Amino acid sequence: MEIHHPQNVAELCDIIAAAPQPLSVLGGGTRPIGQSSARCGLSTDLMSGIVTYEPGAMTLVAKSGTSVAEIEAALDLENQCLAFEPMDHRDLLGTQGIPTLGGIIAANVSGPRRIQVGAARDFTLGVSFVDGAGQLLKNGGRVMKNVTGYDLVKLLVGSWGTLGVLTEVSLKVLPKAETESTLRIATQGWEKAVECMSAVLRTPYDVSGVGTVLNVNGGKDVMIRIEGFVASVRYRVSQLTQRLVHFGDITEIESPWHEMRNLTAWKSMDTVWRVSLRPTNSLKLLKVLEASDIKLQYQMDWGGGLIWLGLDDENKQRAEDTATLHTIIQEQLTALGGHATLMKSASLTDMLVPSFQPQTPTLNKLMVDLRHKFDPRGILNPGRMY
Amino acid sequence: MEMPQPNLDILAKKSVVVAALLKVMARDAVIDAPSETRVYECDALTAYKCAPMIVVLPTSTQEVSDVLKICQSHGVPVVPRGAGTSLAGGALPTADCVILGIAKMNNVLETDYDNRLIRVQSGRTNLSVSGAVEEENFFYAPDPSSQLACVIAGNIAMNSGGAHCLKYGVTTNNLLGVKLVMMNGEIVDIGGSHLDAGGLDLLGVICGSEGQLGVVTEATLRILPKPEGARPVLIAFDSNQVAGSCVADIIKAGVLPVAIEFMDRPIIEICENFAKAGYPECEALLIVEVEGSETEIQDQMDRINVIAQKHNPVEIRQSQSAAESEAIWLGRKSAFGAVGQVADYMCLDGTIPVSALSEVLRRIEELSQQYGLRVGNVFHAGDGNMHPLIMYDANKEGDLALCEAMGADVLRLCVEVGGCLTGEHGVGIEKRDLMENQYSAGDLEIQMAIKDVFDPSWLLNPAKVFPLAVSQSRTAA
Repeated sequence: MEIHHPQNVAELCDIIAAAPQPLSVLGGGTRPIGQSSARCGLSTDLMSGIVTYEPGAMTLVAKSGTSVAEIEAALDLENQCLAFEPMDHRDLLGTQGIPTLGGIIAANVSGPRRIQVGAARDFTLGVSFVDGAGQLLKNGGRVMKNVTGYDLVKLLVGSWGTLGVLTEVSLKVLPKAETESTLRIATQGWEKAVECMSAVLRTPYDVSGVGTVLNVNGGKDVMIRIEGFVASVRYRVSQLTQRLVHFGDITEIESPWHEMRNLTAWKSMDTVWRVSLRPTNSLKLLKVLEASDIKLQYQMDWGGGLIWLGLDDENKQRAEDTATLHTIIQEQLTALGGHATLMKSASLTDMLVPSFQPQTPTLNKLMVDLRHKFDPRGILNPGRMY
Repeated sequence: MEMPQPNLDILAKKSVVVAALLKVMARDAVIDAPSETRVYECDALTAYKCAPMIVVLPTSTQEVSDVLKICQSHGVPVVPRGAGTSLAGGALPTADCVILGIAKMNNVLETDYDNRLIRVQSGRTNLSVSGAVEEENFFYAPDPSSQLACVIAGNIAMNSGGAHCLKYGVTTNNLLGVKLVMMNGEIVDIGGSHLDAGGLDLLGVICGSEGQLGVVTEATLRILPKPEGARPVLIAFDSNQVAGSCVADIIKAGVLPVAIEFMDRPIIEICENFAKAGYPECEALLIVEVEGSETEIQDQMDRINVIAQKHNPVEIRQSQSAAESEAIWLGRKSAFGAVGQVADYMCLDGTIPVSALSEVLRRIEELSQQYGLRVGNVFHAGDGNMHPLIMYDANKEGDLALCEAMGADVLRLCVEVGGCLTGEHGVGIEKRDLMENQYSAGDLEIQMAIKDVFDPSWLLNPAKVFPLAVSQSRTAA
């Protein structure tokens, strides 16, 4: 596939304005989720660099092709971080390439700390982007509070390049925690695990992660992360231990959060779905899935509000059956409220299924109409999201 | 402030519209006598007034839908209204409009502590949302200073913030879902009780759209467990600049207070005269609030103390009790009322990068001299959200115009240093004509294109947000 690599905004505008055919919009190309029908690529990888970084104002502005690693290194020097903890998809999806700022924003990628501090969408203060007509536009700014005009920043975050190609992003950043600690609670079964996670999040101890990890004790033990100043973390660990002891044995363990965030152990999975739903509804979904003959692997995050579902090699199905399962999962999410995204599937490679959760007809019409306003020719990432 | 001329054809069919509304609503829910509609002539931006043609007070989402359908079919503009506490004129009527007041719809529909959410009708007041979950030790975080009166519908329309949003975020960060009625009467659920959108983030664009895309009748909000405790420290300085650098140092040190409030000398003096809070003699003071258990609070207080000492403070006053906390907050919380006692005032809301704080304060002082109008500054320093209060005399001819001109200069200054026109109050009519200072024609065009999708006939909350000349081709149609 031919891929354009514009060096600057002017070149990007020209390429889009003159594009005779649809473009597949890429950052580092590490998150090929959904299927774009475009035969020509457009990467922002050469439009890179931090524009301004003001640690005292907790704001950073960078070009969209800047690597996440470069941003994290700059923040690290000032003891700050991207608090929404964006996942690196390379292990899970088996992709090469360098994850970029534009990629995590276009896909609204957040990690376990989303439950405490918010998602990528909540940390994006402003965006510049080129629309489907090749016009450079902006919304928001580089200040923490901004209600000037409609909030198109939220709309662009998580739009998977279908509304415009990001050129520059302003972010809110946060101080790094002085220390962290993780408690593991040996809960018995999913019901107790979900109950335990809700109980944790009802305490005033402001935990920064609550979930389960696949490869630890059948994946049903609850992990809790506490971050902050040393004295505060010690205090909260002891309070939580007292309050949660009736759920099972509690031990302090090495940090599992890298694994939780990046799903490194899911590398060999045949098929993986990502599901967002009301946390306690996770049990209803599991009940439906457990009733079928197909054995799925589970990992929960966000206190049960995010579930990773996997079919490993041993349990992979024929394409037709995987497609049927996919339909069942998305139908369940329509009924329960929430959404399921097909992240990858080796067995489904040749079948066309909607990777993203289908919307109700009214919402779908609004989204299609909005998209048409941003990209009247429909050349930006067609098929990626819809 | 220029407002569009009322449409005489609409005024002429007032009785027809009233009759249609009475078919779907109770008699006492439709107000059409001029003596009674006048009650709705303005919101908290009292400098501008215009009585609406009709006021309706629906009690259900279905009634809201019926009203909007009727108005759409007659081409009647609709101005949604929460509690009428907008400081930006967000609920200012036009003479030919129907005011759709949501305040009667104030029920709690669901509380779910295991999933940390509450679903309410949007006419419920902000503070009573927290009130509804207090017994389980939860609260709703966004806390605009009007929280006793303002309602969730208005909070969503303006994406309201508050003093504590440095830690907890503003409305959009605490909103999970809405039931929205579009101008054609269609009812649509956006978001739900899960995190983040499937598909495009429509919820993100509804929040902050100033009632121009639809009427929100129900909202699902995130609630949080209350912290174990909270205490403020008051730090006084002999210059604005030093106070400003202390704010930056606190943030850089990794302490993230829930609030950092800033008051300058004029405001301190006015508040002191009014509330007798016992504030020290100084040029600038900060109120920094931290949360946690007693030991956690003390630990953070100690860290802040070390940082503040490096800036040679005039005084540091750590609260040791509930009574002392109240005294520290007393002056700050009475600031707007206190200024209201000594003058009429316009409260601005521009946001600036924190690094530009002292320069902006200096230039506001210069503008104050130049215009001959007093200015006091009280604001959320941690996030750069300024609230300059420009004082004027409404009875003195020309003073309001002078105040408006100075306000515009201050907001242009905020944009010039890399900030924005409004951090939490919204554009409304107040900042409408300044939008071109912040956004290019193309930037405004794409925002208007969003409205085209939701409200193609441009009937919802007319004459707000976009300069009249910019939106003219759409509204003339």
